[in-house]
Amino acid sequence: MKLNRQWTWFHRLGSPRWFYQKTQCWLPWLGAIAAILLVTGLVWGLAFAPPDARQGNSFRIIYLHVPASFLALAGYYLMAIAGAVGLIWRIKLSFMLMKSAATIGAALTFIALFTGAVWGKPTWGAYWVWDARITSMLILLFLYLGMLVLRHAFTNHESANKASAILGLVGTVNVPIIYKSVDWWQTLHQPATIKLTSAPSMHPDMFAPLLVMILGFYCFYALALILFTRAEILERERRASWVRELVAEKQGGL
Amino acid sequence: MQFDNVQQLLVMDGHGVYVWSAVFVSVCVLIGLIIRPLRQHRRAIKKIARELNLKKTGKLTGNSQEASDASNT
Repeated sequence: MKLNRQWTWFHRLGSPRWFYQKTQCWLPWLGAIAAILLVTGLVWGLAFAPPDARQGNSFRIIYLHVPASFLALAGYYLMAIAGAVGLIWRIKLSFMLMKSAATIGAALTFIALFTGAVWGKPTWGAYWVWDARITSMLILLFLYLGMLVLRHAFTNHESANKASAILGLVGTVNVPIIYKSVDWWQTLHQPATIKLTSAPSMHPDMFAPLLVMILGFYCFYALALILFTRAEILERERRASWVRELVAEKQGGL
Repeated sequence: MQFDNVQQLLVMDGHGVYVWSAVFVSVCVLIGLIIRPLRQHRRAIKKIARELNLKKTGKLTGNSQEASDASNT
């Protein structure tokens, strides 16, 4: 009996309808918090943080580069786990989250690579270097894009989900390589600014806006993930009666 | 503020081009990540509404499966 109740809870969590209805009221809050954090962090970092002693003002790119890279990597784990949950428990919502995470992850990896390139020019003298960190990050972008492209290779939606979940799981090997690349190889890329195990190698005046930006990116990620997944739910479940009722209600209100 | 005026904030001792292009591209991508699902969502609602209206007006006969497949194409 107890076990049974636990499972209904688990399955309700995996129900697209439950997710769609539950997340509705979160959206304005999440959007407001993300916008406030991102705008505050960006203005603070760009105009008020002190310039770096060696890199001057070009270091301000860090306020976009580091949060985007952070979320690109964390998002990969989220995507791979969502894929695994989908494979094991056959939860549809899980695959939808996986697909949304792939799109957002690809965009964030692109931001990380682009901001890295324009930071590289004034700092290293080159936009692109085939350095371990940058190359493994490029592989991450290809993994994300591969997840999106692979879906189109299948006519059957279920096989597409399974195949991309497996690709996502195999690709997780790359994530620790990216993290460790600056320690394992002699790289041009500077070592991590923030480590969980030690104090940040940054002055508090520079670090505070970075922390705000990272928090802002986390909220933004959650917001984008929910928005993409809600759109996907409507498309996938358009024949379900609850979706039809919802649309009919909206029409009636117009 | 670290800069005396807007001019200095834009130039950033010669690093402005790099910093501001990074900001511009990132912000565009982030906005795109919000707009795209919103448009997808609106499109899905319109599509479902069309299907419902077709059924209601009786322009399409047959089961709902056929109706939604027809409006898919």
